Amino acid sequence: MTALRRNATIAWAIARKDAIAEVRGKQAAVSTLTFAAVVLLLFGFALGPDPRRLADAAPGLLWLGLVFAGLLGVGRFHELETEDGALEQLTLYPVDRRSIYAGKAAIGALAMLVLGALLVPLVAILFAVEIVRALPVLSLTVVLGAIGFAAVGTFYAGVTVRMRAREVMLPLLVLPIVAPLLLAAVKATSAALTGDPLGELPAWLELLAGFDVVMLIAGAGTYGFLLEE
Amino acid sequence: MKTRILGVAALLAVIAAALFGLYGVPADLNQGDAQRIMYPHVASAWLAYLSFGVTALAGIGWLIRRDLRFDAVAVASAEIGVLFTALAIWGGMMWARPVWGVFWQWEDPRLTTTALLLALYVGYLLLRRLSDDPARRATRAAVVGLVAAVDIPIVHFSVIWWRGLHQPPTFLSPDKILHPSAPLPFVLALVGMLGAFTLAWTWLLIRRYQLARAELAREDAVRGGLVRRASAAAARPGVAARPAAAARPGLPASDDGGTPQPKAPAEATQ
Repeated sequence: MTALRRNATIAWAIARKDAIAEVRGKQAAVSTLTFAAVVLLLFGFALGPDPRRLADAAPGLLWLGLVFAGLLGVGRFHELETEDGALEQLTLYPVDRRSIYAGKAAIGALAMLVLGALLVPLVAILFAVEIVRALPVLSLTVVLGAIGFAAVGTFYAGVTVRMRAREVMLPLLVLPIVAPLLLAAVKATSAALTGDPLGELPAWLELLAGFDVVMLIAGAGTYGFLLEE
Repeated sequence: MKTRILGVAALLAVIAAALFGLYGVPADLNQGDAQRIMYPHVASAWLAYLSFGVTALAGIGWLIRRDLRFDAVAVASAEIGVLFTALAIWGGMMWARPVWGVFWQWEDPRLTTTALLLALYVGYLLLRRLSDDPARRATRAAVVGLVAAVDIPIVHFSVIWWRGLHQPPTFLSPDKILHPSAPLPFVLALVGMLGAFTLAWTWLLIRRYQLARAELAREDAVRGGLVRRASAAAARPGVAARPAAAARPGLPASDDGGTPQPKAPAEATQ
């Protein structure tokens, strides 16, 4: 129990450090959000002005926007560490590697949540989707999706952080892995928006939660090897 | 020599299975000759999954034993797996066009899962090419191969759910070829092709493994030369000693540019 508490404290310290760096720096947050907003605008142009089609596509567009912007975010929290050899200092700490992973995943998930909190209203405005009634379920979906994406993204950011061409490799590795997450999150979002006529919402939320648990375990179990190298 | 015998046997088996599949079995009543694609297609798909299973297990082997021979198995299996995955997708599309009327059927969970499988392992191979240090490459590849292997079942089930829980498959599923009531020649053609392809896979794996060992040995020799030169320079009086730590992985922020790794040779020569 004390070991768990100690690990949680370390994870909290790492997440807090990254949050402070991001809040003070701000550039990454602003550019990521702008990027997401522009992507959503271009989705609108790509699909044409038919409001019906846009509303139908809105859940998919929301999650694509979140995934693309999220890739920038998770990469960012590892790139921070490459400056001035900070990553090497981090690996010198005599702490459980899983707590480092947990801290990085936590800040990644938090960034995704902030992104989601801004993109959901934006999608509602741009694509004329009624979200107020669906808000509780929608929030749950975004939370589960954010955790899953951060679990995968943090792991792969750790894989690619010291690699050549990491800007290409991170999306290339993460996108196929998060396919089930994208699929379940889009399905859950559209079920939430349409009032779930088929009663499939619980199944998709379960799938999302299952993905989160599996990927958190896989990430925590293997992330330590990446820091040893 | 033994490997050569295996190779010849595999070649003969594939030719025999192909001839039997083409001429020894009657055409399918519903699908006609297109159904014959199923024999190599199912065999390729089986080898794709077998390969990536072997890659994941070899990755675990590396992480536990730190023996680069495991990594040689992993890369051999992954490369062959990509080949057979591409073959399986290609065969599936060739079959789907006459039978379903389209090359790509989004509702088929096998097809979409296999496409993602291909993307995952092409990424795996690219990742390997971008890492120069053998030990680091092996570790990265092992963990990525492991997470990819964990992801595959989730992808498969999610796509099955995605196409609709209520809708039964309306097309003839390839699984039904193996149904007990399937006529004996069809079963024989399929099992024969599976066996022949698996023999060919084994031969490819052994050859690619030998090649991977040779590549490691060459990398090792180059690295060993660099280390010897560096230590000779350090031993010479008057020349500023270049501490080995300067070439250690990890110290510079992005150091995959082929820096000499003094500690690598001991592992690779096993």
